Amino acid sequence: MSREEPPGAIRVSGVTHQYRKHIALDALSLDLPAGRLIGLIGPDGVGKSTLLGLITGAKALQSGSIEVLGGSIDDAAHRRRVCSDIAFMPQGLGRNLYAELSVRENLEFFARLFGQGQQEREIRIAALLSATGLSPFADRLMGKLSGGMKQKLGLCCALIHDPKLLVLDEPTTGVDPLSRRQFWSLIDAIRRDNRSLSVIVSTAYMDEAERFDSIVAMDAGRILFQGAPAELRGTERDLETAYRQLRAGTGPTIQTARQARRRIAPDPVIIARRLTRRFGDFIAVDSVDFSINRGEIFGFLGSNGCGKSTTMKMLTGLLPASAGDALLFGQPVDGRDRDMHREIGYMSQAFSLYGELTVYQNLLLHARIFDIPEQAARIDELTQRFGLAAHRDTLAATLPLGLKQRLSLAVAVIHRPRVLILDEPTSGVDPAARDTFWVLLEELSLDESVTIFVSTHFMGEAERCDRVSFMHAGRVLAEGTPEALMAAEAANTLEDAFVAILERAEPPEPATAPQVEDLPTKAGFGGGATRALAYGRRETVEILRDPVRLAFAFLGSAILMLVFCFGITLDIEDLDFAVLDLSQSPESRSYTAEIAGSRYFSPTTPLRSAADGQTQLAAGEISLVVELPPDFGRKLRAGEPTEVLATVDGAIPFKGETVEGYVYGLHQTFLDTLAREAGKAQREVARIEPRYRYNQSFESIAAMAPAMPAILLIMLPAVLTAVSVAREKELGSVTNFYVTPTTRLEFLVGKQLPYIAIAFANFLLLAAMTVVVFDVPLKGNPAPLAIGALLYVWATTSYGLVIATMTSNQVAATFATAIASVVPTIQFSGLLQPVSTLEGGAQIIGSLWPSSYFLHLNVGAFTKGLSWEALGPDLLALACFGPVLTAVAALSLRAQEK
Amino acid sequence: MRRISGIFWLGLKEMVSLRRDWVMMALLVWSFTLAPVMEATGVANSVNNASIAFADEDNSPLSRAMAASFFPPEFQPVVQIEPGSGPAHMDAGRFLFVVAIPPGFERDIRAGRTPEIQVLIDATAMEQAGIGARYITSILAAEIQRFALGRELVEPSPITLTMRSGFNPNRDTVRFAGIVALIGQIMWLTTILTGAAMIREREHGTIEHLLAMPLTPFDIAIAKIWANAAVVLAATALSLVFVMRGTLGITIAGSTSLFLLGTALFLFTATAMGVFLATVARSMAQFALLVMLTILPMLMLSGGETPVEGQPEWLQAGTLILPSRHYMSASQAIAFKGANINVVWSEFLWMAALGIVLLTASLLMFRRSVNN
Repeated sequence: MSREEPPGAIRVSGVTHQYRKHIALDALSLDLPAGRLIGLIGPDGVGKSTLLGLITGAKALQSGSIEVLGGSIDDAAHRRRVCSDIAFMPQGLGRNLYAELSVRENLEFFARLFGQGQQEREIRIAALLSATGLSPFADRLMGKLSGGMKQKLGLCCALIHDPKLLVLDEPTTGVDPLSRRQFWSLIDAIRRDNRSLSVIVSTAYMDEAERFDSIVAMDAGRILFQGAPAELRGTERDLETAYRQLRAGTGPTIQTARQARRRIAPDPVIIARRLTRRFGDFIAVDSVDFSINRGEIFGFLGSNGCGKSTTMKMLTGLLPASAGDALLFGQPVDGRDRDMHREIGYMSQAFSLYGELTVYQNLLLHARIFDIPEQAARIDELTQRFGLAAHRDTLAATLPLGLKQRLSLAVAVIHRPRVLILDEPTSGVDPAARDTFWVLLEELSLDESVTIFVSTHFMGEAERCDRVSFMHAGRVLAEGTPEALMAAEAANTLEDAFVAILERAEPPEPATAPQVEDLPTKAGFGGGATRALAYGRRETVEILRDPVRLAFAFLGSAILMLVFCFGITLDIEDLDFAVLDLSQSPESRSYTAEIAGSRYFSPTTPLRSAADGQTQLAAGEISLVVELPPDFGRKLRAGEPTEVLATVDGAIPFKGETVEGYVYGLHQTFLDTLAREAGKAQREVARIEPRYRYNQSFESIAAMAPAMPAILLIMLPAVLTAVSVAREKELGSVTNFYVTPTTRLEFLVGKQLPYIAIAFANFLLLAAMTVVVFDVPLKGNPAPLAIGALLYVWATTSYGLVIATMTSNQVAATFATAIASVVPTIQFSGLLQPVSTLEGGAQIIGSLWPSSYFLHLNVGAFTKGLSWEALGPDLLALACFGPVLTAVAALSLRAQEK
Repeated sequence: MRRISGIFWLGLKEMVSLRRDWVMMALLVWSFTLAPVMEATGVANSVNNASIAFADEDNSPLSRAMAASFFPPEFQPVVQIEPGSGPAHMDAGRFLFVVAIPPGFERDIRAGRTPEIQVLIDATAMEQAGIGARYITSILAAEIQRFALGRELVEPSPITLTMRSGFNPNRDTVRFAGIVALIGQIMWLTTILTGAAMIREREHGTIEHLLAMPLTPFDIAIAKIWANAAVVLAATALSLVFVMRGTLGITIAGSTSLFLLGTALFLFTATAMGVFLATVARSMAQFALLVMLTILPMLMLSGGETPVEGQPEWLQAGTLILPSRHYMSASQAIAFKGANINVVWSEFLWMAALGIVLLTASLLMFRRSVNN
């Protein structure tokens, strides 16, 4: 390419994107030059993430066109060509990373996806880790990193393959100001080093937009403004105000400037004294002190995970303190003190009301739980005052974020508490809605002298508090009025003051670009197999670190095998029976002895009446009543025909039929004995000789134990495989598959491999149990059996993949797979009803179901002693299922998000 | 008083939430309508459509009469096969039963030489094999007996055995399978409903929100328990009337209200089980896996699928601590045998005791899980 412009330009034209009825992008057109740092600004829900997802190819285009790196991103071939030049870091702290993997393992996984050899990988990882200051944490699990470190790791993973286009979706949301600054210095250093790199970043922090070369302001799926930051700001005080002006256009902005600070009388309502909370050996809150006065708005500032929420929970009594005191109105906080809860209004992080209830129902529920007087009037008053009247019957889940937060506040104050504890109430809310919210808070504080304890990571909000406290890593670093804090640090803004204090507490390392120039690059080496193995290796590590899934994988089959085999045995012996002997003759006693002497029955106390027997049968105490008539002995002696009445508990049909069979047999034996004793030898006309093939003693365990693996080896492996794919979809790491060179087949096969191994290990375990625990010897050849088992688990894990491609979350995947694997196996594979006895359609389904063949194979090898020739057809059939099902899964898996 | 009203309103909210959760509603409807109907009418518990072949080397009127005495629905039409080919057919799984009649069979009977018929049975097909073998033996024996009696080759038997199938004279398997299926659905659904409601609440952060109000973990758990138990109890009652009686024609022999009382007692333990599993699981996905590993064994060992008497002694003693076993036993007594409270009181007592233990344990666990 010898164009003048570097080939990184992006051209978006006429792109509309809808989620059901919601329009995320509205006929949007946009030209973005290459080699620049471009900022996408706007609050949550204006379409920023959708646009970035479309540009990187993570989302499938619905309409319009997008050109990226010299071709249409909608063209699959082009996407495959350029995807190793694009890096995408999706929204959410560490969303595309793997919590169970260490920092180094995460980086290695991404490096393998881009086909880097071991040498290249090690050089690059070392360089990235040292540049970002993550080297000392290389072996820490990603899930245990702080927010700032997660974002640095995300950046490392994005940069591992030297992209030409770097796309970052809200990389700094929820990160403390110091880490944010470090992040931006890192980006600057990388750009200095590689001038052709194009960077597109979205952010909800307007103040960050100042540092971009160019900004794109969005609202409701449209572009409001595109140009240099200075151009947007114009004459306004700052970008936030400018954006709000641009957006609102109509309607007055709510008064934001605060009146002169009030004087607050020292009347402490909330006191924390050396308050400490430990989780294991991790100290979340470390000896925190503060005191908050009546009617004061006290701000709590700090990054995600610094201990703000934990402190607040201790003050509401949700969490007991490990050490120190938390006092409310001079009383120690006690989670069990109901009266204390009536004084507190608490609003937890994120929206935590019931989305499935309407605004009114939410308010009513809380009014009822607090049992407040005049509930209807109070609800009316609150809906009016908080601007919720028009949304009274709207489901809370469908409200915009700003209204949800107002509803949360209304709920928190419904019982007129004297203290309000608000945990990051405005995170993610757009600037105008945040203003309204703060006006309400100020009113509550001024008019009703409510003491408000609020945490935030917005500096603008902190400035509106009477006093603020900076928290970092569990400790309070500084406290005072915003003015006093700024003065103490000689800072112009509260953020500068915070950063200065943080830097003193934790001196930062200088930001440098990773030095990776002289690399023996062998990109693409190894190709598909390397990538599939990278997925397989990662999946293995993850499952080894998840105790529940691991237990399910190995103990699950063993436990169920024991339960099924011991529980579903059909050999019934020692059944209790009772006799109503009205004859009381030697003949009747010997008839009774015949039954009592067998191993099937054991006698209980003889009955006195027929009704007695009926009662005992009904209670389930006995299974059989034998009634001998008064003249039984006499008639028998006289050679006259007589009769015996046997009543069997037929409530459980199977049991009843078995018992009847036993009784017929014993009756016949008695007749034979009788005839022999009389010397007449009741001559048998013919003999009917039953031959139980494969299982001479006809013990159910010998039939059950080899049959069980057929169902266990489809249910458990399919569920585990389906969950592993659904989990990636649910947690968001599936994005890595969308935007890296991984093909569908590589992704699926890679994820499947560890489960094939686990399932095969399970097969060996079950086979060993069959022989050792259940004493069923393996009569046939083990080789075809093992091959068949491998083919079968390939098929069953593939079946799990097929179902996973159709479900979007782990719970649905678990239950759908369980039902869709167990039901056909039980009904059609011959487990309960042999395939030869199935009718029509059922028989066809049975012949298209892998379990039928494995069942025949496993039972055949174990009890029928069959060998290669006899098992060959089963092996051939089983060999077809794996490839076909894997292909179906690959075809139905989406290569891009909807 | 305030506390009870809090629990009441919270439970009511639970029902409103359930009504809006269409996935759970669909599961609820499915579990109490189609699922038990399919299970009841699906796989028959006794001999049904069994495949049978005759290797008839005699080809006499008697052997032909014997082959003609097998009828649907128990048996498929008899297939004649080559003598000696029975084992091979069986290895391939084509027939469950093969009857081999030796040459000169009828002649030998007439001559009083007691010839022998072999019945080959594929013993790997447990339920069908055992009962089927008895069926076949008695059908063949009856045919031979009739032949022999007709020609006065034998005397009639001195003792006639009259067999009565108590509580179920027609050997109806649908009633049994229907009620057992319903009981199984009650177990699954109650645990899943309660546990999922609990975990959803925790995942959305609403549990903390509730705990910051004048409510204790006990109140929250009790609200979930009573609400979900009430929903399942109502669904059970409706299912008894419209699905069991209306569609399947199954009636309960005993008192329906006693059956529902037993169900209510059981729901106590099943909802407690849900709360318990929800506190053990860290996420919804783990919960789903745990449910499969716990409820399935509870159901299998309850005595619904196969009789408890079939379990080894040690296991029979062990399953006494399963509430599902007592529920299954009490419901079967009420539904099939018309048992009254004098008969089932001990099972009820067991359920109540186990329910209290499980509930206390799960509440203690729940409190701990919230605090961590």
